[in-house]
Amino acid sequence: MTLGIDLSRIHPGFPDPVRDSQTVFRAIMDAVARPGLAVALNKAPEPPTPLARATGAIALTLLDFETPVWLDAGVLAGEAPAWLRFHCGCPLTSETQEAAFAFITRPEDGPPLSAFNAGDAKYPDRSTTVVIQVPHLEGGRSVRLKGPGIKGERTIAPQGLPGDFWEQVADNNSAFQFGVDVILASGDLLMGLPRSLHIQTEGA
Amino acid sequence: MSAAATRPNEAERYYNYAYLDEQTKRMIRRAILKALAIPGYQAPFGSREMPVPYGWGTGGIQLTAAIIGPDDVYKCIDQGADDTTNAVSIRKFFARVADVATTEDTAEATIIQTRHRIPEQPLKAGQVLVFQVPQPEPLRGLEARETETRAMHAYEEYGLQYVSLYENISAFGRIAATAGYPVMVEERYLMSPSPIPKFDNPKMDDNEAILLFGAGREKRIYAIPPHTRVRSLDFEDYPFEVQTWEENCALCGAEDSYLDEVVLDDAGNRMFVCSDSHHCGQRRAEGHVGPMAGHQLANPVAEDGQ
Repeated sequence: MTLGIDLSRIHPGFPDPVRDSQTVFRAIMDAVARPGLAVALNKAPEPPTPLARATGAIALTLLDFETPVWLDAGVLAGEAPAWLRFHCGCPLTSETQEAAFAFITRPEDGPPLSAFNAGDAKYPDRSTTVVIQVPHLEGGRSVRLKGPGIKGERTIAPQGLPGDFWEQVADNNSAFQFGVDVILASGDLLMGLPRSLHIQTEGA
Repeated sequence: MSAAATRPNEAERYYNYAYLDEQTKRMIRRAILKALAIPGYQAPFGSREMPVPYGWGTGGIQLTAAIIGPDDVYKCIDQGADDTTNAVSIRKFFARVADVATTEDTAEATIIQTRHRIPEQPLKAGQVLVFQVPQPEPLRGLEARETETRAMHAYEEYGLQYVSLYENISAFGRIAATAGYPVMVEERYLMSPSPIPKFDNPKMDDNEAILLFGAGREKRIYAIPPHTRVRSLDFEDYPFEVQTWEENCALCGAEDSYLDEVVLDDAGNRMFVCSDSHHCGQRRAEGHVGPMAGHQLANPVAEDGQ
């Protein structure tokens, strides 16, 4: 099937793909290495709606023909699929289990983390990386995190996540070495929530 | 365009920035992220041909090439020293292909590539330590088949490793391994720290920096995020211990650094000096004096060409 792409409507990608993707990657690497820390991007172009700059920058940096991508209804509805196909050349998939990356812009309606590929016992790196776009990384329900990358513990409170999201993250961690790795994106900010993360249960 | 000013050799360059093509970098970057998410797990990657042979640090070079940018400050050490052939060549390679500033100062560097040592000076947040790894599989000496060692890691079957350490004790009265001493990461994955001396093993625990390990020939990447628990294997009655020396560094007098033995002549004279050349030089600059401080080796010819 040929996907008819109207090139005049494609938003630009990185002005300097080599240097910009390197800068963005270092921010993503810091975010994954230091879970729960909000890492700012300073080189993100404006992607088509509904993608935030951070979400678009992750896509431009990490996706290519080797990474099947799953998109939620919010992303599929707009011009983002054509933008992703044009700049990244990534195959799109409707099967959550086949996805190397998933992009969720409507977290409350999205599938649970357990729907995605949790990897193989011998190759747990083959799991899905789930990018979830949220309105803000502060001001929501607060949770305490522990684990690799965190000195002591860290408290975060991202907004716009489903009510049982932290239970899903805790379940995801309890199956370690299996598990998906989550990256939250909001505006120009990134936050890594890899599978190694422990959720400290709140008293209240 | 200001970008052009920082890339003086762009016009003569017949390859991509930092040598690797962008698709290779993306593939390595994805492997790094999974390696960080599963600390101590060996993620496979498509290792490329590099302009040096396998065994000369191709894993470390590919990791560095995938993460480095023109704003980085790059340091490269071999056995702790900045001035050995391999370290000098790799440092020059990245100065040329990545337009990056280089340094011998551990504190100043943002990326430190290393073979066989962790610098004496504690690393800081924001630094990345890239290890060159010849054999990423700690169990390889005990089990030759990759299919088997994969399964042993998958099901956390590490009994064989403990038997091997026990056999060491029964044969030698102690755990004899001195380099590449196996560690347990977050009490889940058994990991080879690369052939660093066991003296350096404790530095990996709760480190501030990101530790990345690359094995080019074996096509594996693994990682330790900051503040991760890294425990050297031992037994309750045979606790892990590091090397100690009766001597201090002959040049700077350091009592707590890793020392190399240097044979001086045919008469059996020898000296012990810090293996971390920058650490030793810095201490001497601060006025620390060792017992052989006047020796000709204490005044190397024109360091840094200064």
